[in-house]
Amino acid sequence: MEEILQYLFSGLTSGAIYALIALGFTIIYNATEVINFAQGEFVMLGAMLTATFCGLNLPLPLAFALAILITALAGILIERLAIYPARKASPITLIIITIGLSILIKGLAMFIWGKDPLPVPAFVGERPISVLGATIVPQSILVLATALIAVLTLEAFFKKTLTGKAMRACAANRLAARLLGIKVEPLVLLAFALSAAISALAGVIISPITFATYDMGTMLGLKGFSAAVLGGLTSSTGAVLGGFILGILEALAAGFLSSAYKDAAAFIILILMLFVKPEGLFGTKEAKKL
Amino acid sequence: MKKQYLALIILGGFLLATGFINRNDYYFNVLNILILNGLVVIGLSLLMGYAGQVSLGHAAFYGLGAYTSGILTAKYGLSPLAALLAAQGVTLIAALLIGIPALRLKGHYLAMATLGFGIIVYVVFKELISLTGGPSGLVGIPPLQVAGFTFLESKQYYFLFVGVLLVSLLLALHLAHSPFGRALLALHDSEAATMALGYDTGRLKLIVFLLSAALAGLAGSLYAHFAMFISPMSFTFIHSVKFVTMVVVGGVASLWGALLGAVVLSLLPEVLTVFEDYDVLIFGTILVVIMIFLPEGLFKGLGNLFLKHKKT
Amino acid sequence: MKKWFLILSVGLFLLASASVWAGEPYRIGGLFSITGPTSFIGEPERNTLVMLVDEINKAGGINGHPIEVIIYDTEGEETNAVKKITKLIVHDKVLAVIGPSRTGTTLAVIPFVERYKVPLISCAAGIKIVEPVKPWVFKTAQSDRLAVKKIYSYCQKHGFKKIAIITVSNGFGQSGREQLKALAPQYGIEIVADELFGPKDVDMTAQLTKIRAKNPDAVVCWGTNPGPAIVAKNMKQLGMKQQLFMSHGVASKKFIALAGEAAEGIILPAGKILVADQLPDDDPQKKLLLDYIAKYKARYGEEPSAFGGHAYDAMLLLKHALAKAGADRAKIRQALENARGIVGIHGIFNMSPKDHNGLDEKTAFVLVRIENGDWKLIK
Repeated sequence: MEEILQYLFSGLTSGAIYALIALGFTIIYNATEVINFAQGEFVMLGAMLTATFCGLNLPLPLAFALAILITALAGILIERLAIYPARKASPITLIIITIGLSILIKGLAMFIWGKDPLPVPAFVGERPISVLGATIVPQSILVLATALIAVLTLEAFFKKTLTGKAMRACAANRLAARLLGIKVEPLVLLAFALSAAISALAGVIISPITFATYDMGTMLGLKGFSAAVLGGLTSSTGAVLGGFILGILEALAAGFLSSAYKDAAAFIILILMLFVKPEGLFGTKEAKKL
Repeated sequence: MKKQYLALIILGGFLLATGFINRNDYYFNVLNILILNGLVVIGLSLLMGYAGQVSLGHAAFYGLGAYTSGILTAKYGLSPLAALLAAQGVTLIAALLIGIPALRLKGHYLAMATLGFGIIVYVVFKELISLTGGPSGLVGIPPLQVAGFTFLESKQYYFLFVGVLLVSLLLALHLAHSPFGRALLALHDSEAATMALGYDTGRLKLIVFLLSAALAGLAGSLYAHFAMFISPMSFTFIHSVKFVTMVVVGGVASLWGALLGAVVLSLLPEVLTVFEDYDVLIFGTILVVIMIFLPEGLFKGLGNLFLKHKKT
Repeated sequence: MKKWFLILSVGLFLLASASVWAGEPYRIGGLFSITGPTSFIGEPERNTLVMLVDEINKAGGINGHPIEVIIYDTEGEETNAVKKITKLIVHDKVLAVIGPSRTGTTLAVIPFVERYKVPLISCAAGIKIVEPVKPWVFKTAQSDRLAVKKIYSYCQKHGFKKIAIITVSNGFGQSGREQLKALAPQYGIEIVADELFGPKDVDMTAQLTKIRAKNPDAVVCWGTNPGPAIVAKNMKQLGMKQQLFMSHGVASKKFIALAGEAAEGIILPAGKILVADQLPDDDPQKKLLLDYIAKYKARYGEEPSAFGGHAYDAMLLLKHALAKAGADRAKIRQALENARGIVGIHGIFNMSPKDHNGLDEKTAFVLVRIENGDWKLIK
């Protein structure tokens, strides 16, 4: 029993990170129908900048705020410089642009921060807390709490604010949104900033656990993408649940099956889920377009 | 179609002439890898450009071909040709397993399913150590042997690869310009309309998917014998993405475009080594710039530029 | 083309105009994973080789012949390594090649160096590189077997009988895992748990929970940064008190920085470079080690890692062979095979037709314990 609980804790920690990254994917996908392959690089930027600012002994809240802000700016920059000029191109062309950006950002990070992982001190104490025989470190609780708060805040933003509603309208039907007088362009820009910021947040809170390395984004991006697909790619609730499901599946597979095949096990289940429920856990059935 | 034949003959002549003139094995090796990429990309181009489906797992088919050939020859002493045929079988079965359920679904589910498939296959390559040699790779793959002739030098592989490429290209061009190909193009534009014309769209898509997987598997088998060593590092998700990138950079809409993409993206890193460690930055920038300014790919984009220039 | 070659050539030209070279330059190749996921291995190797060649040339070259070195990046990837090795051999016509950095890339280039008959001195650790012996292939990195022997001897002495292993799922981890499993019976050790983790995994508590349930006497973790640091932290989290052993893959200060508190008490086999100043003065390697560390620091502003040492030793061997053999690939190979008593960074090399690594566990590794954020030599 303790063991299952321990696996769950492990899965929840990874899952919370995947969930935040998956959210980043859905925000951009909803705004532009682009699958942003540079999403993982936002996570990396968040972690790297945290390592840098912590190294400069800035107060933690300031370091976090700066890391997230700068990454959000990077998101805006990317949209303006690379996505906006190609907005009329097909989604697949835009996807390749994000792949190019991912290579570029990773390369830049390699030059700025070097090739070795950078340490980040724990934000909260390192003394583990015992829960029903299983243990969890405070940083993991922080990861979970932050992820939950971020998700709820985003949800409120989309449901309650005018801008959020406009973004949802845009995602549902861009043309109709335009006809209603919604300006799409600033919303796309906002989507990139928001998506980058939330991924950076994932990078910030995970950095004391995994440290910061210039090439950490690829694998995390891939996991986040899978979580987003699992959740239907358009639904933020789905993305979050997808993230947690993927994280927990991995941990359970490592615990009960074989740690060698845990990634494969997680993806086999992911594929089976796709076959059984093709629109994802929370995706809406696409209307057939003729 | 006549124009296509002419282009094919010109390409063949050019490649053969290169083979006879060149004396540098380094260039042969670069070209050999390029041609293998080209083989994968031909199939992927049919799938993407004509059937409108994206696969993010073609490195897995490439790897399945390579590993089946490698394991059967290195561990079980099968002849390379028999192993190559077996590899085709394995690749096709894998493609069927993933393709039948995935292609029934609408949208880009093939992309998602192939992505997962690619990762599963990669994990198997890494962890089935007794068979695959694990992460440190499979050693002892013999060179290719056909009818008593053993391919030993890079130059010999080059001529073989050129032959395989030309035949594959010829078949692919035929297919693309046949009624089947036109049905596929229609499928790309509107699945419902194609269905209304009486085509079984599911089957069309499946056939193209199998074909592209088989080509990737063939390229993999050839690669295993050419390199005589394989490891999981050559068949990652990144490689799958690379193949897709080649097709899109060259131009999704035509086989020639996709091939051009393979040429450019295979040669670019070799040229960029002049810039030392900065080569990744330049590679990324070039990729982004091409896609922004020539969103329909190099082939069409450059063609349009050329036409404009001619008019003025 | 990595134009280190160009920079060096210009340097050579300046040098040549000052002092007249007696002979044609000896051209050698380097092949390292300078970018990509294993760039942390390739970069110090490249830096070390460039530094050492400069040094040799400043001192008048080898028998009056300057050395010209051409270095390419494999990105740690096999297909690329194959292209680059032929480029070095056929295009640049080098006499010998130092590298590649990884076991996988080394195994990938072996068929080609055997085909073209060019001496290769690999900087990778995998035992498959030199076992079975291939005429043209040598390596300087200590085999993992020697590291495992060091750890197991310690276990035997301290009565650790039940061992759990947790290894990274890449070539380095696989090699360690194979040796850990193969050598255990010889030391009366039973492996009670055999777990793996991915190089980019973020949490290893699931694997460690399984290990904890088996209640081993000690845990051995085999990997390179950052995974092992996460393992160390996760073990503390789970309240596991067993002695933790690491591999030489984390033998750098970066590991201590990453693992922090959790690093305390960890024991690992490492090249002597880690504790050069703690070595007894009569250690034949001590002077060389201190000298290398000082020069590397002065030139690149950071401590050299163990990886750089592999390139150092490779160049040392090649220098010895070139001095004996001159510009002849077959004779260089012969001289490499007969190199004996070469004092290097990672041990004293005694090559032979049967052993193309030439190291033994006496000089290749020492055991160190992490105490107060620093290495402490276990005597």
